[in-house]
Amino acid sequence: MGNITLKQVTKNFDGHEVIQPLDLSIENGEFVVFVGPSGCGKSTMLRMIAGLEDVSSGKIEIDGQDATETPPAKRGLAMVFQSYALYPHMSVRNNIAFPLKRTKMDAALIKDKVEKVAETLNLAAYLDRRPGQLSGGQRQRVAIGRAIVREPSAFLFDEPLSNLDAALRVNMRLEISQLHKDLKTTMIYVTHDQVEAMTMADKIVVFNAGNIEQVGSPMALYRHPVNKFVAGFIGSPKMNFIDIEETVEGQPVTCMGVRPEHLVLSDTAGTWKGKVGVLEHLGSDTFLHVDIPGVKLTVRADGNCPYEYGDEVYVSPIPNQVHYFDSIGNAVCNESIARTTASVSSISKTADS
Amino acid sequence: MATTSSRFLGRAMVSPAVVLLFIWMIVPLAMTIYYSFLNYNLLMPGMQEFIGWLNYEYFLTDPAFLESFYNTLLLVCGVLAITIIGGTAIAVLLDQAIVGRNIVRILVLAPFFVMPTVSALVWKNMFMNPVNGLFAHLFTFFGFEAYDFLSQAPLASIILIVSWQWLPFAALILLTAIQSLDQEQLEAAELDGAGPMARFFLIVVPHLSRAITAVILIETIFLLSVFAEILVTTNGGPGYASTNITYLIYSQSLLDFDVGAGSAGGIIAVILANIVAIFLMRMIGKNLEK
Repeated sequence: MGNITLKQVTKNFDGHEVIQPLDLSIENGEFVVFVGPSGCGKSTMLRMIAGLEDVSSGKIEIDGQDATETPPAKRGLAMVFQSYALYPHMSVRNNIAFPLKRTKMDAALIKDKVEKVAETLNLAAYLDRRPGQLSGGQRQRVAIGRAIVREPSAFLFDEPLSNLDAALRVNMRLEISQLHKDLKTTMIYVTHDQVEAMTMADKIVVFNAGNIEQVGSPMALYRHPVNKFVAGFIGSPKMNFIDIEETVEGQPVTCMGVRPEHLVLSDTAGTWKGKVGVLEHLGSDTFLHVDIPGVKLTVRADGNCPYEYGDEVYVSPIPNQVHYFDSIGNAVCNESIARTTASVSSISKTADS
Repeated sequence: MATTSSRFLGRAMVSPAVVLLFIWMIVPLAMTIYYSFLNYNLLMPGMQEFIGWLNYEYFLTDPAFLESFYNTLLLVCGVLAITIIGGTAIAVLLDQAIVGRNIVRILVLAPFFVMPTVSALVWKNMFMNPVNGLFAHLFTFFGFEAYDFLSQAPLASIILIVSWQWLPFAALILLTAIQSLDQEQLEAAELDGAGPMARFFLIVVPHLSRAITAVILIETIFLLSVFAEILVTTNGGPGYASTNITYLIYSQSLLDFDVGAGSAGGIIAVILANIVAIFLMRMIGKNLEK
């Protein structure tokens, strides 16, 4: 079991409100990712769920039981820390066995369990080494092993991959996803990397300045961001924002957003005319930074993109893939983007002028 | 220091300091060894004669030697035990966020800056004096008889005084070590079900082991040569109850005017200190390799 429910949870540090009243429910077996810029309160939230930080007001329920005042060890949650927090003076075996030894479990049973976990994480050969003798990825796996061995009702990950190099990060991302599929245990994962959020999550929770901006599946957040913050945070490269003065569906609109992959290039005609700036060739794709009057657009094009620095090019958005935001940044009529087709031609006028 | 010439230049540059240090050390050592083979008494100047190993035999068979050797060990081990256990406790307390923490830290450090003779005098006259001392007042206040610390338990009293001086040092070193402990390790242990005691003994103490070895090494060097505290408080007495080897050498050479026996004692003390040093270096080498 691993249902976690947050009810009107807040957190104050010295009178400064870092988490505003917040409701969230996490279902058993879900992979939930808390994502947001640094200092947005996502790690604090995770530590409150773990019991490492006090809750200023509100309630945390685990499996329907009020756990707000429960000490961390009794919550049945296991956490993997950013620094791994391995015990440096203990062998890998003792590190993994540490939580079991605290429960006064039979020594033979502990040995069995530790070896089984080490087997699944490819750590069997390193059981008698110290953490200091392991590589970053291996340490990460020991930390995960120490969490798994307890058979917790939920796993908490606090930016576990941020100390690894890029290639290893991609591998570990896959391993953690695979682990979730195998164990089917609830996982809460904190990251500032939206790629990790998109690739791993069943449900993404976007945090900003102590608030939840939006909760939803990765594709729902990608397709229907409720505001400018989520729109800009989810998706790589970032969504292009173009200031406009328009009325869409009877509502005033001040900003139009379109993702780089929803812009089409043309030699002859299009909504905006611009000059190709820097090109980033990734092999499979090319990112073009196109200067149009007043704004810089990022365009994602094919890997065999024929353009070069300084070329003149026309850029147009794919009609039903455009987002509109009002003056406070909330999305306007984001349910049916198809309706935007009509207004595209009028936008081009404002952009050209 | 890559080329031959720069290596040579480097050696040439440090050589004056090395030569000076070497002479500084070797001349007194050689003279002590020389005196230790002479019948050299200050009361009979000019009558020195070579007597072979007799001084060593005299010093080692003196009943005071065994007792003072034992006292030296007790003093060193006692002070080490008190300062390390007490220092760890103080360090843990000082690590807590309390109001006025900086002032408390300075107060805790203060005894280290009081010179040994002064602190021994303060303890002797203000605390341990059986008539005027604070302890005597406390004892009589609670209806007990005043206890004469320095004549009833001289060595224990000296251990107490020396511990008081060295506690701040141990506390300070251990405090910095505690502050370098990764908080996430403690949090992880808490989540793993370790209570406060288990966290302290399984996480904090192993983390402190390096700092503790450093404290043991440094303190041992100074504690082997405790002298002022004994001279000021008990003069090594009653009998030889609070005489350590350092004090015994002093009393041989300057109270009994027997420079020869004192020198022999000095050489024996050097050998003993080196045996201790070898053990300590091994222990520390093991601990630092981790």
